[in-house]
Amino acid sequence: MATLLLEDLRKSFGSTPVLHGIDLALASGEMLVIVGASGCGKSTLLRLVAGLEVPTAGRIVLDGRDVAGLDPAARDIAMVFQNYALYPHMTVFENMAYGLRIRGLTRDAIRKRVGEVAELLGLGGLLARKPRQLSGGQRQRVAMGRAIVREPKLFLFDEPLSNLDAKLRVTMRAEIRRLQRRMGVTSLYVTHDQVEAMTLGDRLLVLHLGRPVQFATPMEVFERPADTYVAGFIGAPAMNFLAGRLGHGGSAVELDIGVTIPFADGRRPGPDGRKLTIGIRPEHVQPDPAGLALQVDLLEPLGSETVVIGRLPGGEMLSVKVAKADAPTEAMQVSFPAAHIHVFDAEAGLRLDATA
Amino acid sequence: MERRTIFPGIALPMLLVLPQLLLTVVFFLWPAGQAIWSSMTRADPFGIRTQFVGLENFADLFSDPLYVDSIGRTVVFCAAVTALSMGLALLLAVYADREIRGRGFYRILLIWPYAVAPAVSAVLWILLLHPQIGLVGRWLNRAGVQWNYKLDGTQAMLVVIVASAWKQVSYNFIFLLAGLQSIPRAVIEAARMDGAKGWFRFRTVVLPLLMPTVFFLLVVNLVYSAFDTFGTIQALTQGGPGKATETLVVKVYRDGVVNLDIGSSAAQSVVLMLGVIVLTVLQFRFLGRKVAE
Repeated sequence: MATLLLEDLRKSFGSTPVLHGIDLALASGEMLVIVGASGCGKSTLLRLVAGLEVPTAGRIVLDGRDVAGLDPAARDIAMVFQNYALYPHMTVFENMAYGLRIRGLTRDAIRKRVGEVAELLGLGGLLARKPRQLSGGQRQRVAMGRAIVREPKLFLFDEPLSNLDAKLRVTMRAEIRRLQRRMGVTSLYVTHDQVEAMTLGDRLLVLHLGRPVQFATPMEVFERPADTYVAGFIGAPAMNFLAGRLGHGGSAVELDIGVTIPFADGRRPGPDGRKLTIGIRPEHVQPDPAGLALQVDLLEPLGSETVVIGRLPGGEMLSVKVAKADAPTEAMQVSFPAAHIHVFDAEAGLRLDATA
Repeated sequence: MERRTIFPGIALPMLLVLPQLLLTVVFFLWPAGQAIWSSMTRADPFGIRTQFVGLENFADLFSDPLYVDSIGRTVVFCAAVTALSMGLALLLAVYADREIRGRGFYRILLIWPYAVAPAVSAVLWILLLHPQIGLVGRWLNRAGVQWNYKLDGTQAMLVVIVASAWKQVSYNFIFLLAGLQSIPRAVIEAARMDGAKGWFRFRTVVLPLLMPTVFFLLVVNLVYSAFDTFGTIQALTQGGPGKATETLVVKVYRDGVVNLDIGSSAAQSVVLMLGVIVLTVLQFRFLGRKVAE
C-alpha cells in the first residue's frame, strides 16, 4: 500500500508534446481510472509511472520517494498488459514465480505464495500449463496473478480487458474490482471504455489531447462534467448539445431552436447574448405532448429501453432514451427539463456553474 | 487447412514440375551419380584403364591418417567459425535492436559483407594480415609478434577462421535481428516490471524465445563452414602451410583436381554429400518446428 503523487509530469516524443503537465495525488489503496480517447496520452502516462518511458519533466513520488529516475525494477510496481505479455516459454507457475525468483525468495516460499494466489484466482489446476494452452480469460487471470503475487506498492492496468469478449469482460471487471478492494493496493487503470471507467474507479482522470480535463469521482464526472468533451465522452448514448445564448439577465438560456429554458439553480455570469452550449443527456429529454416536434430517423431498441434518434425542426440531431412502451414510430414531442441541463461556454467549452 | 488442387490426368502436372525436375537431374542427380560411380572405381597411374573396386576407396579413406586428421581439423574449424560468427552476430543484433540514432545506417553496414564474394573477401583479409604488406600483419611484426600465417599453421588456421566467420556474420545478424524483433516488446517490458535486469533478463526471457532462430542458424552455419568456405580458404592459404588448413572440401579439391586421384576424391565427395544430407534433414526438422515450445 502506498500513496502516489504526480507533479507537473510532462512527456514529449521528439518535438511532439504528448502530456502537458499532469498533477494528481492518490491516497493509499485508491483506484484511479485514467480514461480518454485513443492518442490522449493515457498509456504514456501509465508507462511513465511504470518506468518504461522517461519523463521529459516532473516528479513521480511513490510512498514519499521520487522514483522518476529509477529503473522499473527498483520501483516495486506491477503491471497488467493489454495483451497479457505472459512469458510464452514458461508455465503458469513459472510465469508467476519469475518476479519472486528475482527477489531471491526461497523455493518453498515461492511455491507457497504462488499456490495461494493461484487458488485466489482459480488457477490451481493450470499451474503446469503453458500460456498457449490457456483461454483468453485464463491468460488474463495469470497476468493478474503475476502482478498480485509480488505484493507491489502499485498496480498498473493497461486496458487489461480489451482483448476479452463482452461477457467475460463484465465478469473480469467485477473480479478486478473485488481483488483490488480486498488487497487494498493503490492502482492506476487505463481504459477507453467508459463503462469500465464508471464502475471501477474511486476517481476518474479524464485526459484529452494530453491535458487533464477532469479529476473527480465517477458520479461527479457524470453529473457535473467539466467541459463539453467530458460531457460527450462519459455516458451512453452520448449527451446532446444545443446552441443558445444567455438571456433574461443571466437567468435563462434562449436556445437557437426557439425555446427558452430558465436555469433551475441560479444565474450564469456574463452579458446577455453570451454564446452557450447546452447539454442534456438522452435519458433526461422528456416526452411531452406540448413540446418540440422530433422527426424520428432511427430507433435503437436496447431491450427494456429504446433510443430514439431524430431531428428537431431546425435539423439538429437529438437522441432520446425512452421506455420501450413509449417508443414512437414517426414523430414525438419532447421538452428539456430545466433541472437536467448542463451549461457550457460555447467558445472554450467549459462548464458554467451558477453564481451563488 | 491444406488446400489441394486436383488435376485431371497426368500430363499437365508433369509438365509443370518438369523444369524443376530437369534442373535437379542435370545439376544434382547426374553429377552425384557420377561421383558415386567414380568413388567405386580406380584408375591406373596413366589414366588408361579404370577398374571397379567396390567400397575399397572408402575403406582406404578411413584407414588413412591424413583423412582422419582432416576430419578433426574440419570439426575444429566448423565449431570455431560457427561460434565466432554467431556470437559476434548475436552481440551486434542485440545492440542494433535498441533504439539508437542512425540505426538504419548501422544495420546496412552490418549486412554489407554478405554481398562480398569469397575471393574478394579473402583478398581484403590478405591486405590486412599479410606479414609484409598487410596493415595488421606489419603492425604485429613490429610489435614483436612472430606473425606469418604463410609459415605458421596455427596462425593460418586463425586467419581462415576469422575470414570465414566475418563473411557469415551478416547472414546471422539479419536472422538474429529479425528473431529479436519478433519477440513482443510487451514481454520484455513485463520482465522489466518483474525486476529482471540485463544479462538475467536476456538469459531467461530473450534467449529462450530466440532459440528457434539459433537452432536454425546453427545448422546453416555448420553447412556453410563445412562446405562453402572453400573459396575463402583456397584464396587465403590453399589449405597450407602443409596441411594446416586443409579441411575436407579443400582435400577433395586437392586430391581430385590437383593430384588427380579421382577415385579417392569421389569417395570423399560422397562422404561429404551424406553429411550435407544429414544436416539438411536436421534443418528441415527445425524449420518445421513450432516456435517457442
